[in-house]
Amino acid sequence: MITMLTNNTSAVETTPQQASPASEVEQTSAMETRGIHAWFGKNHVLRNVSLQFPSNSVTGLIGPSGCGKSTFLRLLNRMHEFIPTAAMAGEVFLDGQDIYRPGAAAAELRLRVGMVFQKPNPFPSMTIQQNVLAGPTLSKTKVANKKDLVEDCLTRAGLWKEVKDRLDAYGSSLSGGQQQRLCIARALAVRPDVLLMDEPCSALDPGSTLRIEETIHELSESMTIVIVTHNMQQAARVSDYCAFFLSEDGPGHLVEADLTKVIFSNPSDQRTADYVQGRFG
Amino acid sequence: MPTQLVSDASPDTFPDNPVGRVIATEYGPSDKVFRGVITGGAMMSLVILALIAGFLLFRGLEIFRDFGFGFITSVRWDAGDGIDKATASFGIGAMLVGSVVTAVIALLIATPFAMGTALFLEFYCPSWLRIFLTSVLDLVAAIPSVIYGVWGYAIFMQYGTSWGRAINEHLGWFPLFHVPSPNFGRSPFIAGMVLALMIVPITTSVARAVYSQAPRDQIDAVYALGGSRWSGIRHIVLPFGRSGLIGGAMLGLGRALGETVAVYLVLNLVFRINFQILASVGGNVASLIANRFGEAGEYELKALMAAGLVLFLVTLLVNFAATAIVGRTRGTES
Repeated sequence: MITMLTNNTSAVETTPQQASPASEVEQTSAMETRGIHAWFGKNHVLRNVSLQFPSNSVTGLIGPSGCGKSTFLRLLNRMHEFIPTAAMAGEVFLDGQDIYRPGAAAAELRLRVGMVFQKPNPFPSMTIQQNVLAGPTLSKTKVANKKDLVEDCLTRAGLWKEVKDRLDAYGSSLSGGQQQRLCIARALAVRPDVLLMDEPCSALDPGSTLRIEETIHELSESMTIVIVTHNMQQAARVSDYCAFFLSEDGPGHLVEADLTKVIFSNPSDQRTADYVQGRFG
Repeated sequence: MPTQLVSDASPDTFPDNPVGRVIATEYGPSDKVFRGVITGGAMMSLVILALIAGFLLFRGLEIFRDFGFGFITSVRWDAGDGIDKATASFGIGAMLVGSVVTAVIALLIATPFAMGTALFLEFYCPSWLRIFLTSVLDLVAAIPSVIYGVWGYAIFMQYGTSWGRAINEHLGWFPLFHVPSPNFGRSPFIAGMVLALMIVPITTSVARAVYSQAPRDQIDAVYALGGSRWSGIRHIVLPFGRSGLIGGAMLGLGRALGETVAVYLVLNLVFRINFQILASVGGNVASLIANRFGEAGEYELKALMAAGLVLFLVTLLVNFAATAIVGRTRGTES
């Protein structure tokens, strides 16, 4: 039973009864980080973050710019290491196994932990259908029925109705919001257990944002979602849990993590209260 | 505080279809001076280019008048008795073909190397090694061509000769690798290898510049979908950089076409159109000029100037095309 998101129990003052909705009594965590640090060169950007991500729920990572949220997110599917001079410490567990253990295959991990980026990035030289199937193609995974997979992924991403008659059109012919949902469909095609979203709506208009939030809500019934967002209303709308990061002129660190409704109504740290009410950041 | 935000002037004051205004910019004195110096410098290179072409044309005009298009197509180069112009006959056909043959050999060998080096430097190389290797490449680019020529002549020749012999032994049935007599030294193949070494740095640095601009977000998308580094290169970087690589190779081609001393030292100058790249028969326009310049009479000198003009124009054309192709790649990046 997951009652607290942080491993550091003393920092969170909610009681198990308060934090745990009845429907989530048997819930386990899909992912967990322990003592995560991150550096770019000598610059310490993330300090000692320990956090759990309960299965089939949405966890929002919030905090002002430069507090290490995105860096933290990219540590969860090992995209961090593509940045030159990037370094890390600590452990990230997926199914009880450290994803940074020696011999762990990063490419295979990324099939289980998908990612949606800030800027919609469909492959411009591929059609809508090819974009959805890009993951299985790249990882050389055999797909029994491509049509079904394409329809299933596009449906779950909330895009099927709009594009079912033009699957052979190029991905770049879609609007920004549609492109982002195409990217979600593309991420779903490898059947990940966890989906990481790095400010997926920051480049989109309010209507498209709403569609994506609906999609996130539906997806969370069957998968674990971690979403970075700058938008407090969005965090309040889509997430079940929230983790608040802050850098305070040093490396970014976790201030507190809890049920979203607790973070927004009764946070235990004054800085969290100030931030979610828009007093800084 | 004003209460009225929209001025309620009649349509006569603010017409619906106004005449477009001329936007005038007034530059200050320091701006004007700087502008003049910069513009002058830029124009100077054009002026020099035009002067070179004009000089060559002026000196070679008589040859073009006497031989016409035959100067380009004919393979005969005969200064005659040096007194009577009627006994002389000049044509650079063989040399033009020789230039292209050696340059293409160089290109075919250098481009894959340059591509691999650029990909390694950009995507696989640890950063401490990258700094070192990049400066080595710059250094290699700065080596004078006569050094390559001497190295080719004194050291590489023996290896090139035996490689040529080996290729001929096993693939001699292929027309390109056929030879009329078993003489494998000073062949277009050897000259092409030496040229290849010379053009690897320029092609590498252009390829690197283009590859480094491949859209990062799409490469990230490939990685995030479980793709390997190689998938990212194959699906994103190479298609994106294709025309840039072609442009870089053509810049190399421009260099290889005009190369003089290195070719002069390692290639047997024979006035015959030859596609048998392992045979000891070849030449290129630049090395022809170097070869004949010292002992040429007045009339032959004019022919060499004319040959220089042809080479100048061909190289210019190749370079323009290359720059245009490289520029197009950068323009489409978004």
